[in-house]
Amino acid sequence: MIISILSGKGGTGKTTAAVNMAVSLAAKNEKVLLLDADVEEPNAGLYLKPVLDESMPVSLPVPEIDEERCDYCGECSEFCQFNALAVAQEIVLTFPELCHGCGGCTLVCPKEAIKEVSREIGVVEKGCAEAVGFWQGRLNIGEPFAVPVTRALKEGLADLKDSVVLIDAPAGVSCPVIEAVRGSDFALLVTEPTPFGRHDLGLALEMVEHLGIPHGVVINRAGDDDSIISELCQEKNVPIMLEIEFSLSLASLGAKGIPFSKVLPNWQEKFYETYLSIKEKCLCAN
Amino acid sequence: MKIGVSATGKDLESLMDSRFGRCNYFILVDPDTEEFEAMDNPGVSAGGGAGIQAAQAVMKQGAEAVITGHCGPNAFDVLAAGGIKIYQASEKSIEEVLELYKKGELKEVTTPGKANRGKGSR
Repeated sequence: MIISILSGKGGTGKTTAAVNMAVSLAAKNEKVLLLDADVEEPNAGLYLKPVLDESMPVSLPVPEIDEERCDYCGECSEFCQFNALAVAQEIVLTFPELCHGCGGCTLVCPKEAIKEVSREIGVVEKGCAEAVGFWQGRLNIGEPFAVPVTRALKEGLADLKDSVVLIDAPAGVSCPVIEAVRGSDFALLVTEPTPFGRHDLGLALEMVEHLGIPHGVVINRAGDDDSIISELCQEKNVPIMLEIEFSLSLASLGAKGIPFSKVLPNWQEKFYETYLSIKEKCLCAN
Repeated sequence: MKIGVSATGKDLESLMDSRFGRCNYFILVDPDTEEFEAMDNPGVSAGGGAGIQAAQAVMKQGAEAVITGHCGPNAFDVLAAGGIKIYQASEKSIEEVLELYKKGELKEVTTPGKANRGKGSR
């Protein structure tokens, strides 16, 4: 089962929810794997302190020109939607940082003068943190395309049928989030009772509805009045799966880099119960 | 000889556009006869690599030099590879810029400017 954790708004507590869920499931002897798919800034490892023993580079195929074969016809540069190739008189220039790696230039070249070479854009690292399996993707600084790293990170998930996979998604609702979330059995939307939290939850709800993923909401930093969120959930008929109260003790554990459910057994129970109700909803959905 | 001038409009009275990759038009003009034609800049709507696209487009139309305000590193590389000279001018009318060019008062650009200078709205 794959549960992705997303939010729309940044800083609502996706990673908090993801690591605490992971720790709680592991404490209940569930086989659990956490994927940090926030490849632009993976930070779940700060809580879990995993030992990473596997590292695999992620590359994009970019064009390399065989000057002997090239007759500077310009078909490659005309084809490229991203202007990653330019033909100027008898010189072909490539701009690898603009290349999306589609391979189109190699297909349209009438002289077969273009071959693809790898350009490393990031890395996938695998390991574990005690009983929690842990994988993360990391995009190299300055690279514009997160999606290929996310895609590489998710390779091999299909072989893990007996694990609960938790995917910690990036903020927002754009391509890297969609790549992280797609194929999930359930989406847990973490929000906070603020106008920004509500606004961006609305966007995230629209996205998961569009993707057809069953979903529920976690209210983080919940207080006396969470109506700003609960009203939206009611209106949209979305269940609130868990509330994490705004408390000094939870915040100070977080500040020390300790997942609070590691030291507070009642939170293990709450997260486990949340997991069980997700499981039930997934069974009903199928 | 044809020169490509980055332009905000389609005639010689219009202002030069200081942006190269993101200008709306190029005026292709023969400085001696002042015969000219305007072309749309395909780079204006590019997601990225606008300067690369613009540089190729003006070269394809036979420009042997360009006059613009700022030319980023990618466009500079393409123009340099094509042997196209780049002259820098400020935002005056195309006519005035041409006069300055003919008097030899425009500086030839031999190093690329900053990337992404012309991105966004004016």
